[in-house]
Amino acid sequence: MQGILGRKIGMTRVFGTEGRQIPVTVIEVGPCVVVQRKTKERDGYEALKVGFGGDKESRVAKPLMGQFKAAAVAPQRHLHEFDAEGGDTFKPGDTVTAAVLEGVAYVDVSGMTKGRGFQGVVKRHRMSGGPMTHGGHSKRRIGSIGCRSYPGRVHKGKRMPGHMGHVNVTVQNLEVVQLRATENLILVGGAIPGPAGSIVVVKKALKKAGKAK
Amino acid sequence: MIAKALSTIHKENIRKDPLTPFTIGDTIKVHVKIREGGKERIQAYAGTVIALDGGGATETFTVRRIAHGVGVERVFPMHSPNVAKIEVESSGRSRRAKLYYLRRRVGKSARLREKIKSSEA
Repeated sequence: MQGILGRKIGMTRVFGTEGRQIPVTVIEVGPCVVVQRKTKERDGYEALKVGFGGDKESRVAKPLMGQFKAAAVAPQRHLHEFDAEGGDTFKPGDTVTAAVLEGVAYVDVSGMTKGRGFQGVVKRHRMSGGPMTHGGHSKRRIGSIGCRSYPGRVHKGKRMPGHMGHVNVTVQNLEVVQLRATENLILVGGAIPGPAGSIVVVKKALKKAGKAK
Repeated sequence: MIAKALSTIHKENIRKDPLTPFTIGDTIKVHVKIREGGKERIQAYAGTVIALDGGGATETFTVRRIAHGVGVERVFPMHSPNVAKIEVESSGRSRRAKLYYLRRRVGKSARLREKIKSSEA
């Protein structure tokens, strides 16, 4: 199993060797349940569909409930597919616990960032804006967005005001400070996206594969 | 679940031997462990407590002193294993929680009134 679903609990600090402070994010990981196995023959790729959180049957759509019934598992609120190209022994109905991260030194954590609504360019794209004083009239404005008759249009991808946040973001190579498998908790060094209580995906670090595993 | 998990982690990182209690406005001496080339020694840092911040394992305190005519502030984590000991040298009377106004003052005006101890009164 390449990773596990979890819920962000919050941040705190722990003291490491030589009394060094380590800022950590506490994530409740699992227990998750394997809902479905996707195979090369049937689906064209190998993957494991994993559920987390539990749910009432009355809240789950009937077609989705069929998937849970096929695997003989309780309905789950959150589902995620994990790559299983490398081969995996998990079968539908199996429980995935924090133990899958045993011995993993670095993880990648994905989650939805906090939604910030419609924001201007100073906050959204870290532009500097205009002068606040000395008669400045473009205090937090975008400024010029292009030239004149050549090119006669605004370039594609020009950074402008708009909706900010509530996007899926992955933070790579976070150090695993502590794995408390019995409590289903993992402590990773540094911050992760989203508010406390949000659902996150914790995976073995993609770029550290092959090293310190 | 959220509060419970965090509180267990806080509890584990809280020092088992509590420091001498002190409060805002106290002049204290902090004994800090310093590691140099594999050797460990204790260095004292004395000054006025101007702020207490945070809670649980993240609790910190700020100590301000004037060193060589320059104001120096150090923030210590209350539960850091590197804070070996604290001695309270005197207690100053203060009516606020943060004494940041001391930063704007030097010399006589940067003093705090001595607290009258209830045992003596």
